[in-house]
Amino acid sequence: MSTAELLVRARGMTRILPGPVPVTLVHDIDLDVARGELISIIGPSGSGKSSLLYLLGLLDQPTSGEISLDGQPTTGLGSHALARLRLEKIGFVFQFHFLLQEFTALENVTLPMRKLGRLSPSAQEARAMDILDELGMANHAHRRPDQLSGGERQRVAIARSLANDPPMILADEPTGNLDSKNAANVFAIFSKLTEIHGKSVVVITHDQDLAALTERQIQTLDGRIVQDGAVSRLDKAPAG
Amino acid sequence: MRIILDIALTHLRSRTRQTLVSLIGVTLGVGFSVATAAMLEGGQVDFERQIIDATPHIRITDEFREPQRQPVERRYEDGAVALRGLKPEEELRGIKNAHAALVRLRELPGAAVAPSLRGQVVIRHGGTDAGVNLVGTDPDAERLISDLAGDMREGRLEDLYTTANGLILGIGLARQIGARLGSSLQVTSPTGQSRLMKVVGIYRTGVTAINDGEAYNLLKTAQILQERPNVVNEIRIRLTDAFTARAIARRVEAMVGYKAESWQEANEDVLEIFFVRNIIMFTIVAGILVVAGFGIFNIISTITFEKARDIAILKSLGFEERDIRAIFLSEGLAIGVIGALLGWVLGYVLTRIVGSIPLEVDFYTEITQIPVLVSPTHYALAAAFALVSSGLASYLPARKAARQNPVDIIRGAA
Repeated sequence: MSTAELLVRARGMTRILPGPVPVTLVHDIDLDVARGELISIIGPSGSGKSSLLYLLGLLDQPTSGEISLDGQPTTGLGSHALARLRLEKIGFVFQFHFLLQEFTALENVTLPMRKLGRLSPSAQEARAMDILDELGMANHAHRRPDQLSGGERQRVAIARSLANDPPMILADEPTGNLDSKNAANVFAIFSKLTEIHGKSVVVITHDQDLAALTERQIQTLDGRIVQDGAVSRLDKAPAG
Repeated sequence: MRIILDIALTHLRSRTRQTLVSLIGVTLGVGFSVATAAMLEGGQVDFERQIIDATPHIRITDEFREPQRQPVERRYEDGAVALRGLKPEEELRGIKNAHAALVRLRELPGAAVAPSLRGQVVIRHGGTDAGVNLVGTDPDAERLISDLAGDMREGRLEDLYTTANGLILGIGLARQIGARLGSSLQVTSPTGQSRLMKVVGIYRTGVTAINDGEAYNLLKTAQILQERPNVVNEIRIRLTDAFTARAIARRVEAMVGYKAESWQEANEDVLEIFFVRNIIMFTIVAGILVVAGFGIFNIISTITFEKARDIAILKSLGFEERDIRAIFLSEGLAIGVIGALLGWVLGYVLTRIVGSIPLEVDFYTEITQIPVLVSPTHYALAAAFALVSSGLASYLPARKAARQNPVDIIRGAA
């Protein structure tokens, strides 16, 4: 994989939670994420999927090892620089949609743009409407999260993750609370984002069928990557 | 910054009842602080104004701060033997070389000077006796150093010149002995001299003690009555700036040698009471605002607890610790600012209501209404204290919220 294609490069990434009994969340992981790649991470609960995602998303810092994002090493960066990288280069989608309840769908989507401050307020609103429209949510732009269904909320959360046009979307079990139809829709959106918009999408899921829709599957166990490849080649060992 | 304020105000709106309670706390604190300060300083300024108008700014009397050293002490200054049972030298009372002193005092910038002879007399009218401080003065000089001419309710100050043995009484004294304009009174000095005098005027100052206990006549007449020809025992000074009296009194005392008492020194006890009263009242008002601060602390702490998920969202979106801190600090400050503004309105309304209440009190000075003073300083101080209080109260939970690890919150929500 050429450097130009590489978006994330992690080497020897270990995360240990300090305490009376230190807990190793992620152990010595090497991982590359290419631009436009759709990756699913699967594995049993406690296998380190979310910890790996938070490290890739710069929400957490590895105890040892290093991560480069878009060619920029992140080891030793201060909180200001890390926050800036999250704002510009990473979009998050969580299981429980995590929208601000008092803001409308449109306001939630403009939030990252307002923080970045590159566009005028009218341009921010226009872009947010475009994204919502592309995700079939334009008619719900002025509704608050409590006026939307679970699938609709998740689509708004995806729209928000795209607000600043980041090269990478990280999704932590985005379909965990959705029915199969809505879950398939979300994965269809992720596919479209990688194929048409060239985004890299890393998504955690427990659903093997949904994982099979991705071109690359990573399986974790006890904080390590035990499989990295196509779903058909994955070890179907039971979780736990 | 706009986005920070938007989120902060949204949070406050989501806890309307608690926000209102905190807001009311700050509003009441600032409002009562402003109104109390207006009454306190209003009372003090009114008192000072009445004292400044009715009494001399500096009063030189024929007394000394320290007892005069006796001739034998001056003769044997370094003597090793103490002499006891000496009879002190009796000196004639009165300010020596008063004329020379007057000439020098008149050279002081912004000072008007008047000599007078003050002494105790007994005034009898219709079988009623009253002990009175009789001030022998020159009406032209008096006009320069006091507001007596303006305080005349009946008669004129100049009538002392035109009426032989004329006398001007305070209104309280006139009522006490039943005297009116034109009444003839028997005035007797401690030396036994007695004279029939005619009331040519009645005055009323703002100071009850003066209205009840002082009378004025011509200096020459007073000197004859007291059997102290050409003697003055008091020089009164009025200054352009009354608040420089303390410093100038010290200079004057060094200049003439006699005790020179400023109006502040003469009313030290009352002014100290004002000072103590101010400290007590401002402590109470500060207490109210501190309690209001606890209210703000409570609501911001609750919001940070309730909005933990929002903190995680914002941090995952790229908001920094300082942004999160600013959001919650803005919430506290918003309550402080809005509370201070409402408090200003409340304080002003309270001040106007209190200031319009009629009152008839003759204590030390006469008061017809509760005196109030509307001063921008009171408003600025109350608002500043409210903002500091709300800032501190919200900073602690804001700092705690900003330090929260988003990963812990997200894991907790999962």
